[in-house]
Amino acid sequence: MNFLQSLADRERVFDFLAPAASPVDVRHGPILYLEDVSVSFDGFKAIDALNLTIDDGELRCIIGPNGAGKTTMMDIITGKTRPDAGSAWFGSRHDLLTMNEPEIASLGIGRKFQKPTVFEALTVFENLELAMAADKRILPTLTARLTGEVCERIEEVLATIGLIELRQAPAGILSHGQKQWLEIGMLLMQRPRLLLVDEPVAGMTEQEMERTAELLTGLAGKGKQSVVVVEHDMGFVRSIARTVTVLHQGSVLAEGSMERVASDPKVVEVYLGVEGEVA
Amino acid sequence: MWLTRPFRERATRLFLGILLAALALVTLLNLAVPAGHPLHVSTYTVTLLGKYLSYALLAVAVDLVWGYLGILSLGHGAFFALGGYAMGMYLMRQIGDRGTYGDPVLPDFMVFLDWDSLPWYWLGFDMAWFAFLMVLLAPGLLALVFGFLAFRSRVTGVYLSIITQAMTFALMLAFFRNEMGFGGNNGLTDFRELLGFDLRSDATRLGLFLATGIALALGYVLCRAIVASKLGRVSVACRDAEARTRFLGYRVERFQLFVFVVSAMLAGLAGALYVPQVGIINPSEFSPIFSIEVVLWVALGGRATLYGAVIGALLVNYAKTVFTGVMPDAWLFALGGMFVLVTVFLPKGIAGLLRLRPWRRAGTSQPTAGEAAT
Repeated sequence: MNFLQSLADRERVFDFLAPAASPVDVRHGPILYLEDVSVSFDGFKAIDALNLTIDDGELRCIIGPNGAGKTTMMDIITGKTRPDAGSAWFGSRHDLLTMNEPEIASLGIGRKFQKPTVFEALTVFENLELAMAADKRILPTLTARLTGEVCERIEEVLATIGLIELRQAPAGILSHGQKQWLEIGMLLMQRPRLLLVDEPVAGMTEQEMERTAELLTGLAGKGKQSVVVVEHDMGFVRSIARTVTVLHQGSVLAEGSMERVASDPKVVEVYLGVEGEVA
Repeated sequence: MWLTRPFRERATRLFLGILLAALALVTLLNLAVPAGHPLHVSTYTVTLLGKYLSYALLAVAVDLVWGYLGILSLGHGAFFALGGYAMGMYLMRQIGDRGTYGDPVLPDFMVFLDWDSLPWYWLGFDMAWFAFLMVLLAPGLLALVFGFLAFRSRVTGVYLSIITQAMTFALMLAFFRNEMGFGGNNGLTDFRELLGFDLRSDATRLGLFLATGIALALGYVLCRAIVASKLGRVSVACRDAEARTRFLGYRVERFQLFVFVVSAMLAGLAGALYVPQVGIINPSEFSPIFSIEVVLWVALGGRATLYGAVIGALLVNYAKTVFTGVMPDAWLFALGGMFVLVTVFLPKGIAGLLRLRPWRRAGTSQPTAGEAAT
């Protein structure tokens, strides 16, 4: 009888229903720890004993030639790829390697893909609505209503990404740059702690690039988000970076300010040398 | 309330208005106009229209999963037939001892097969509430198990369509077997009464027609409510960018499963309303061709609109009745021709012509051009 009563107790949250997410512990500084992470595909070492630490509120740029393992690293952090060895921690409490993609997403790691993927048949507003941090189970989603609070949050993000006038436009008609911003906005709706941004300015005009640089530097900060940007465009990296990490063949080649990294002979050899010739 | 949201939409009110007016008109022309008068609608026509309406409900169910969730089910005929069989089993038990062999419990085909007792799965079907529950639960359960396995392994696109075809084909072969206990290739027929009403009387037939029309209206409102909710927008998101939706933290496979099961139950309800009107249910309803035809109705009417599915189902089936009367051999060519013409000239189907938009907020739920082609 007691058992039945406990079943009928509506206040009770069953263990398997309780969200795994609990506040991210950043008291020790770093929000993301990768230690000795390795992964190989068919014998090819995509990531080789990679160590990386991102501090809370930091804006970090990651550069490296093609095949350096940048995208694979993002895949590991977001749970898409499981590493063969090593550990990955979010704050000092959450072991990312024990979680799947939706769990990691709901924990507060947002990822922006290289190609902008927004829901083209839905409006800008609806795109942001779906992205919002909310109860994402079936019945709450079915009965969800647009409360004033929700609308306010959406308007706030619309203002941040500069798409207020286009809120009722289907996302399919947006320009490439606008889609990128919408996608960043969708990440912001989830109130993430860590944003992973993959080549945000590829294919953008100068103006759009400037606008994106403003947006990203405005996002990072203590108590706000930490931002990790993977980018090829050296001009863009120079304009936003405080700390730069250079990846090469799956591990960290150099790390530091843009000036220090740019003058490192190893870096010049594998990566900047090529860029330097072009510039 | 999410369920009442569709009543605030102009297009839904328009649809319901037209449907209810048509139901009232047919009733009036059947009852008040004397037979022989050119405007009289015969009971035969009423039953035919009732059959079309049950097909329309099936088409709405298919449009819910295909149009809004992007799952091209080529096996919805199976859910339709299961609902029909559940209703058929109830109608068989209602015959009682009035069958050819006069057995008070066993249906004729079981006596013929020398069975001495009812198989366990026939128990309870003498009670209407149990049978009507099974009309929803049997297709729902099949969809739940099938969908759970398919969506969990992330089977989508063409592969899923092929598996749904295999499912309905396998069920057809199974139901053809006499040992299954569903009447083999003759199916279930010779029905007498439903809830005490004589199935051969004109009043019952009109009642069944009206019940089907109301079921279509309710099914339409339910689907519209789902589509207009946030869950509907998540479905569209799953349809257009599944991986992206997953990254937003939605368990895509659960949403797919939910919508798929709701759709299967609606298909089962359509089948249950179909059976007493045509007077027979046999394994041919499981045939893969039938399920493909249903998809054609939706494509012709206009995908991802719901009302397009209704228009498509009514129009194609009316054309089928006319054609198979005039030139029986030409029907499949006519169907193929219609499909080609609509695909080429009306990529959004007949609904695309109407330019009705239940969602004023700029064509949100239309699939993109590339999507419609797949």
